Amino acid sequence: MQTTVESRHYFVPEPSHWPIIGSLALFCMGLGAAFAINEMPVGSFVLAAGVALLVWMLFGWFGDVIREGLRGLYHAQEDMSFRWGMGWFIFSEVMFFGALFGALFYVRVISLPELGNMQHKLLYPEFVPSWPLVSGPGIQATYEAMQAWGLPAINTLILLTSGATVTWAHWGMLRGHRRVLSNGLLLTVILGVVFLTLQMWEYSHALHELNLTLASGAYGMTFYMLTGFHGLHVLLGTLILAVVWLRVRRGHFDERHHFAFEAAAWYWHFVDVVWLMLFVFVYWL
Amino acid sequence: MAIADTAGHAPHTGKPTGLGRWLFATNHKDIGSLYLWFSFIMFLTGGVMALAIRLELFSPGLQFWQPELFNQLVTLHGLIMIFGAIMPAFNGLANWMLPLMIGAPDMAFARMNNWSFWLLPPAALLLLLSFFVPGGAAASGWTMYAPLSTQMGMGMDMTIFAIHILGVSSIMGAINIIVTVLNLRAPGLTLMKMPMFAWASLITAYLIIAVMPVLAGAVTMVLTDRHFGTHFFNAAGGGDPVMYQHVFWFFGHPEVYIMALPAFGIISQVIPTFSRKRLFGYTSMVYATASIAILSFMVWAHHMFTTGMPATAQLFFMYATMLIAVPTGVKVFNWVATMWQGSLTFETPMLFAIGFICLFTIGGLSGVILSVAAVDTQLQDTYYVVAHFHYVLVAGALFSLFSAVYYWFPKMTGRMYSERLGKLHFWWSMVWFNVTFFPMHFLGLAGMPRRIPDYALQFTDFNSLATIGAFCFGLGQLIVLYNLLISLRRGPPAVEHPWEGAQTLEWRIPTPAPYHSFVEAPEVDADDNGVIHAVRGGTHH
Amino acid sequence: MTFWRTMIGGGLLTGAAHAAPGIGLQTPVTSVAHEIYDLHNLLVIIATTIFVGVLVAMFYAIVKHRKSAGHEAKHFHENTTVEVIWTVIPLLILVGMAWPATRAVLHQKQTRGEDMTIKITGYQWKWRYDYLDAGMGFMSNLGTPRDAIYKTGTKGEHYLLEVDQPLVVPTGKRIRLLLTANDVIHAWWVPALGVKQDAIPGFVRDAWFKVDKPGIYRGQCAELCGRDHAFMPIVVDARSPADYEKWVAQKQKTLAASADDPNKTWTLKDLVARGETVYQQNCAACHQPNGQGIPGTFPPLAGSPIATKNRAAHLDIVINGSRRNPAMAAWGKVLNDTEIAAVITYERNAFGNNTGDVVQPKDIKAARGGKA
Ligand code: HEA
Ligand code: HEA
Ligand code: HEC
Ligand code: CUA
Ligand SMILES: [Cu+2]
Repeated sequence: MQTTVESRHYFVPEPSHWPIIGSLALFCMGLGAAFAINEMPVGSFVLAAGVALLVWMLFGWFGDVIREGLRGLYHAQEDMSFRWGMGWFIFSEVMFFGALFGALFYVRVISLPELGNMQHKLLYPEFVPSWPLVSGPGIQATYEAMQAWGLPAINTLILLTSGATVTWAHWGMLRGHRRVLSNGLLLTVILGVVFLTLQMWEYSHALHELNLTLASGAYGMTFYMLTGFHGLHVLLGTLILAVVWLRVRRGHFDERHHFAFEAAAWYWHFVDVVWLMLFVFVYWL
Repeated sequence: MAIADTAGHAPHTGKPTGLGRWLFATNHKDIGSLYLWFSFIMFLTGGVMALAIRLELFSPGLQFWQPELFNQLVTLHGLIMIFGAIMPAFNGLANWMLPLMIGAPDMAFARMNNWSFWLLPPAALLLLLSFFVPGGAAASGWTMYAPLSTQMGMGMDMTIFAIHILGVSSIMGAINIIVTVLNLRAPGLTLMKMPMFAWASLITAYLIIAVMPVLAGAVTMVLTDRHFGTHFFNAAGGGDPVMYQHVFWFFGHPEVYIMALPAFGIISQVIPTFSRKRLFGYTSMVYATASIAILSFMVWAHHMFTTGMPATAQLFFMYATMLIAVPTGVKVFNWVATMWQGSLTFETPMLFAIGFICLFTIGGLSGVILSVAAVDTQLQDTYYVVAHFHYVLVAGALFSLFSAVYYWFPKMTGRMYSERLGKLHFWWSMVWFNVTFFPMHFLGLAGMPRRIPDYALQFTDFNSLATIGAFCFGLGQLIVLYNLLISLRRGPPAVEHPWEGAQTLEWRIPTPAPYHSFVEAPEVDADDNGVIHAVRGGTHH
Repeated sequence: MTFWRTMIGGGLLTGAAHAAPGIGLQTPVTSVAHEIYDLHNLLVIIATTIFVGVLVAMFYAIVKHRKSAGHEAKHFHENTTVEVIWTVIPLLILVGMAWPATRAVLHQKQTRGEDMTIKITGYQWKWRYDYLDAGMGFMSNLGTPRDAIYKTGTKGEHYLLEVDQPLVVPTGKRIRLLLTANDVIHAWWVPALGVKQDAIPGFVRDAWFKVDKPGIYRGQCAELCGRDHAFMPIVVDARSPADYEKWVAQKQKTLAASADDPNKTWTLKDLVARGETVYQQNCAACHQPNGQGIPGTFPPLAGSPIATKNRAAHLDIVINGSRRNPAMAAWGKVLNDTEIAAVITYERNAFGNNTGDVVQPKDIKAARGGKA
């Protein structure tokens, strides 16, 4: 149902049961995960239940949001709220990655040189710092580092291309070219999936052939944590884009009302930029 | 008044009833009330832990708790007070008052607002349940320094997940505040006219978004060090325990301003009202708040002066920290100048505000003494620090919250609290607070470390005194509980305009505040600090 | 009760005169500690002045400008001049504070130019001192008996601030400390010396002091380091250089006499007896005196598969530490072959683990792979 008069009211949703289900979900996930990693019974079961609840909640909640959007309840002011909201959410994500990048820089610039200095000969007479770390002061690391100019470079290309394809889709959206919009999105999703597949393949290569694990000292841990969290974000971004694509196929959005699309695109660009940082600081330098 | 609304608003004409009203709430006032009650309960919970700590410290020797339980109590006292009591209380107040103060129909994301609140009980539950799992709760101090935190039992993991959830909650809460303030202000109420409390909430929200993810990152690294073989904080693999402290305090120092800026905002509303004057130096107040927030990102290592930084780093962080005294001083002086030549009356909110200024200044000045790196080497991790931060947190954040609750109580509930009990609560708290925490300065100077369940004999007297003070102070908090509960039911109906000097928008709507206010945006003619001259339009029901 | 004396006798205000509850920094005995002491006095005076200034202004308004006194509000709310003044004056005060503060920091951080070096290692929950120049070292444990802690009434003068073997140092010598830790972060703090420095596992930090007055100076660990954080005191015994030399000679002799011969073959009984001492000093803090551990945090050794069956794994975890949990440190770096052999033998025969196994020092040597 589309309202005909442009309402001056800011939209305030009705009471909703989704948030509390989400809370229950996170509680189960927290408790379940704590039990599971400590090898306590029922932990993984509770964790799985939490995840299931969360998925259900996300479907329900976003379903409500989509329906409200279709009913025309969101106007210019609501749209502006969404934009601010998404922007600051992305900023919080930036800060999360900031913490992990901070750890990487700290280890490389401060800890390792310090561990190798004269004063520390007292503890580690033989340790010579290097990057990637050949062997830690206390662990013998026998792995090889990732090479930047192989698969990672290809992945960089893929993500950059996918940034261009969403922009192409956006262009289609703004001009009302639904085919361009739909194809651009589909291409982006496909590129996302290809990226993820290659990333999985890279991990398996690193694990099995390079003997690189989370436990391989400073290099291994920063490598997996950074690329791992980035990978999770690509996965999430791909899912969001896929949902937007499905909505486009159903005829949602028009030239002026397509915040969901833009949010997905912003998120995708953010993930893209993180990857560039990764490529430079994790793989290359 | 709009009775039949356009689509999507119809259900709002009636108040939801029953449990669903609270569980599924999308009304900012209901959610605000939930926040406030939750935080008060957490304050009592954390307070009981504080009393348990003080009990053990009444005299030397171990009488009541084993050291590991004592450490758990200290840790959970800190975590619960900070994340369970103070932060949610400010968020609850912002929920309740911001839309009223800036003429918004509700918070920008009303449904997400519900989730922000309802994530808190599960997180609190995870923290409290952790006492009962093998190994007990986290016993690493609220700072969770690695590698001590990698030694803990599964209580630590529950704490880590609780912090993740709290982070999600406060980030969503902060986004809501930012968007509400930026996008939902009534026409006419420009940024440089809005009340200081709105400014304080806005800047606090920025701080939250910037640092809560960093805390999440820090505890995530602890988690992977504990269970997944990483060496972030272990030199064997090239990591560094001190790195944890850098990441933590990058969050931790802004965090203390997250608990101070909203307090400044409240005081900047209360003082003008009871001085019957406009706030002195509004513009400089705004800039001071912003400067404090920016500086707060550059001072974190003042918590780490004894980790063995190079002299240059020590000096940088020392200077930057000292600098914060300037904008904070501007605030203190502006408040005094607001009172100057005013027409002062001393109702309970004003008493707490004045108490705030006195005691926060003490806490701030002891902070400046701590910021002097050389002196800090003698004081770091002693009771001097404990004294410092209870002056800024209890006499600062908590007193400002009491001030706010008394101040807005009539508007929120339509009833008046007992002024007699309010004053008793103030004087009682003021006296016993100082009896509890002032001697801790002496203990710290004389050499008593913090986080110890047992101490050398020369510290006995002041510890006994502090324990007596703490129990009396705690008892006094039952006065406010009683006052609020009784007044809620049987307090005399509040008059339409309870405070003569109050001039902000929330005092222009009926008392008690209707369930839905400003369904339509009003147009206002305002001065700085939200002083309203005229309101046009804006409907309530 | 003493506390009434504090309250009635005005201990709060005159406490400095009494011996018992100090209200200021401890009497300094090094140049750095002196500098800090004076700096702190200066800061307290500045802070008090500012505080009094703010209060006087505020209370003047409270008294004179109250409504009940008939005062009507004057409606000013801005004045650029005063605002500039109260921004600039605090800034100047801060510069005045920063000047001596900078000097003190630089002095404190000037750690080199030492006459001798001592390596300090923090353990849960004791300190180890290694005299790098004299080539000797020992552990320093809490001297207060557990009885005094858990039962009231039997507490000596230096309750919790006494150790079995103090750190003995010569007066008039610049001593450089190299600090590190074995398990978690500790902090070595002796107020009278003006030294507080974190001891960080895996890293080396330095600090220094030079005492001129012979005497005994007490302090304690100042970084939360687990359950017995309150129970790892520090005692520094400063003696004249001549007395110090005598003490070193003496100490070297006793240490040599008690040194273990790694080639000796021991009987089960002797090993268990020796192992019990080692266990109570090093392991009982976590695994508990009765070997029951602390559920969820520290595993029990009583009946544990490693301590009853898998002998190789037992040797491995004690010598090399746990790969999963850094709390279980690599004791091979701390204890000698005899001590490790003894403690393992003890664990395999105590707490009802009556395996009858005997582990000899030479087994440890072999397990270490020839490395000392
Ligand atoms: C609300 C919380 C809050 C606030 C507002 C502050 C404010 C300040 N804090 Fe505090 N602090 C904490 C909460 C807070 N702190 C906590 C919780 C800890 C311990 C954490 C832990 O380890 O567990 C801590 C610890 C802490 C330390 C580390 C101590 C240690 O562990 O060794 C230091 C050191 O620099 C410090 C300094 C300061 C300074 C300089 C300010 C300044 O912002 C104060 C500024 C205010 C004034 C100075 C007063 C008013 C000004 C004037 C009247 C103008 C004139 C003044 C001058 C010219 C000096 N704080
Ligand atoms: C905002 C935060 C806040 C608040 C309000 C408080 C409030 C109090 N705190 Fe604080 N405290 C911290 C934050 C806070 N604290 C932090 C961050 C730490 C550091 C933790 C760490 O080292 O890791 C700390 C540490 C800390 C210590 C040091 C512990 C140690 O180092 O060993 C002590 C010791 O005295 C203490 C005491 C108190 C006391 C007596 C109160 C009192 O003000 C409390 C008063 C309230 C009550 C007493 C409740 C009253 C209620 C009742 C009596 C009724 C109960 C009934 C029912 C529940 C049905 N606290
Ligand atoms: C600071 C705490 C601490 C101290 C001190 C300590 N341990 Fe441990 N110990 C642990 C922890 C934690 C584990 C579990 C390690 C794991 O899970 O891999 C452990 C495991 C063990 C195990 C294996 C038990 C099993 O069944 O898994 C043995 C044997 C052991 N320790 C012996 C010792 C000896 C001998 C000493 C003293 C010389 C000692 N420990 C001192 C914390 C400690
Ligand atoms: Cu060692 Cu505290
Ligand atoms: Cu700080």
